[in-house]
Amino acid sequence: MPAAISLEGVWKYYGDYPALRDYTLKIEEGSCCAILGRNGAGKTTLLRVLAGLSPFQKGSIAVLGSKPRSSEARRAIGFLGHGIGVYEDLTAKENLDFFATALNVPKEKQTVSAWLERVDLARVANIPVRQYSRGMRQRLALARTFLASPRLFLLDEPFTSLDDRAIKMLGELLRDARDRGATILFSTHQLREAMEIASHVALIEQGKLRHAGERTREMLEDPGFLYREHTELGGL
Amino acid sequence: MRDKLTYVLLAAGALFFFFNLHGIFDVLPDEAAQGAIYRIMYLHIPAGITCLTGFFIGMIFSIGYLTTGKLAFDAASASINEVALVFAFMNVVTGSIWARIIWGIWWTWDPRLTAMFVCLLIYVGYLLLRQAIDEPTRRGRLSAAFSIFGTVDVVVVWKSIEWFRTQHPGPVLDVRTGGGHIDPAMQSMIFRDLFAFLLIAAALVLIRMKQEENAREIDALRRLAHA
Amino acid sequence: MNAFSQALSIARKDLAIELRTKESLNSAGAFAVVILLLFSFAFDLSPEETKDISGGLLWLCFSFAGALVFNRGFAREMPNECLDALLSSPLSAASLVIGKAITSALLLLVVEAISFFVYGIFYDTNWLKQPWSLLAVCVFATWGICVIGSVFGALTINLRLRELMLPVIIYPLLIPLLIASIEMTNLFLTNQAFNFMWLRVLLVFDIVFTCLAVALAEIILVN
Repeated sequence: MPAAISLEGVWKYYGDYPALRDYTLKIEEGSCCAILGRNGAGKTTLLRVLAGLSPFQKGSIAVLGSKPRSSEARRAIGFLGHGIGVYEDLTAKENLDFFATALNVPKEKQTVSAWLERVDLARVANIPVRQYSRGMRQRLALARTFLASPRLFLLDEPFTSLDDRAIKMLGELLRDARDRGATILFSTHQLREAMEIASHVALIEQGKLRHAGERTREMLEDPGFLYREHTELGGL
Repeated sequence: MRDKLTYVLLAAGALFFFFNLHGIFDVLPDEAAQGAIYRIMYLHIPAGITCLTGFFIGMIFSIGYLTTGKLAFDAASASINEVALVFAFMNVVTGSIWARIIWGIWWTWDPRLTAMFVCLLIYVGYLLLRQAIDEPTRRGRLSAAFSIFGTVDVVVVWKSIEWFRTQHPGPVLDVRTGGGHIDPAMQSMIFRDLFAFLLIAAALVLIRMKQEENAREIDALRRLAHA
Repeated sequence: MNAFSQALSIARKDLAIELRTKESLNSAGAFAVVILLLFSFAFDLSPEETKDISGGLLWLCFSFAGALVFNRGFAREMPNECLDALLSSPLSAASLVIGKAITSALLLLVVEAISFFVYGIFYDTNWLKQPWSLLAVCVFATWGICVIGSVFGALTINLRLRELMLPVIIYPLLIPLLIASIEMTNLFLTNQAFNFMWLRVLLVFDIVFTCLAVALAEIILVN
């Protein structure tokens, strides 16, 4: 299968400090890869570099065959960072209408209404996001990310701070995306959720790739196994 | 190696400058209309040319950083802009002293003086911007972008001599006028002082670059320790 | 979608937010009127003297009030990390900067219209002697102010003391533009002939800084 993401000898520096060191990784199209690592390991840096939000200094990166900042790559990416990425003073419908325009989603497809229904925000679609509860904002963020049915998802700790309903919704959305052949790359601290939905895992420590491969039964039964086996700092 | 070069440049520049001082005070006569105070021109004009040249070269290194990503270019650009700013202050202060004696006023808002003062403010803003950004790569990119904007204003300063009729004396050097506006011995002294200033400026830039590189190394070690 | 359409979609979104909250418009409009009031205490002028300095007073007023407008430009993208969502979308960085500049320019033109009206009443000044020329100067100068405000708003997004840094950095760059606007505004007020040199200065600045903004937007926003 062709690689959806290909990193070759990538170095990313903050000044003289390498946040990513000689990072080489290939992620096949259609796979779901969990990026694991402690705080400060480089997970967020990796995702931001892939999304074209941060430049890198050495090596090469191909995202769906194109450079990270190219318009081809950005058209095919759905990025969800730590923030929900929606405007507080606009309504849910206005937010999604704007992002639909930005993401070149054709209006005729009624995508925005469909997604408002899917994340159960149709009845509050015309209320400013400022008045939403935390759970409603999270669901709107998911709608924004999945709106254009991207081929590649880059999700930074997507399960963090989600309520049960949103976790269940995210799980369903990710499974649907995987079923239609999308590639998913997500970072997380929640090992159990990661091992349940991921087909592959990659472990990063101090900017270096420590392990990359298929998710095994062992990892599913004992999520901490990966850290003990492959990191210098040992177990959790 | 670079330290040796720094010492050589500094020593050569200082020696040359002190040798020129002898020429300025003991050899060259007073100017016909201005008297003795005209001698400040030998500081004012070379300082002005050095600072404007420095801002322009700083922009070239900024573009170098943006194209290569090498932080050495950023260190060079920042050092050059900082040293050029010192010469800009010297230009403004010496001009002000001259104006007080000749025109009876410390300052006038004519376009060329205003443009030089604006340049000064822009590059003070440049230094403030650099100070406000901790992360070196980001600092390099943003200050490079700023330096390019700032250089547009340097062009305004340089062109303002031709664009506006001003209270400030017009161009005197043969390169600007085609000849006949200044005694050749005086013009030669201006260029000799310019050479001395450029040597001193180069030495100061090298010293400043070393400081920038040390600061970056400390920053990297600090991040490594905290990682 | 081409870059200009992208810029317009950004501008539409920002104007929708602004029309709902009216944050910039209210604060900038009120600030402009307060400055005009303060000028009345600072300067006790005859009608002739007023004509000589009206251009200067007004453009100072617009540039200070303008800071409140373009300060909001990229600050609007900070909550909820909306800027990351925009930059990871197909929208180009240049269209972001130009879109923000369009929004700021439209809002600042409204503030200017209010200020001209209020100033005309406070200082018994007739702005309609050369209305189309005055409008042209306002449009070109406002665009120059807002494009620089937008670029440097992007540049200072994540900085410490952002609100203090932005005016310190921007005003020296705006000086030549402001001088040209002030000179031309005073000419129109005293019904003198159009001065093409100052217009050239305005146009050259607009073109040069707009091109620089487009060229450097990616470098400024992606770092």
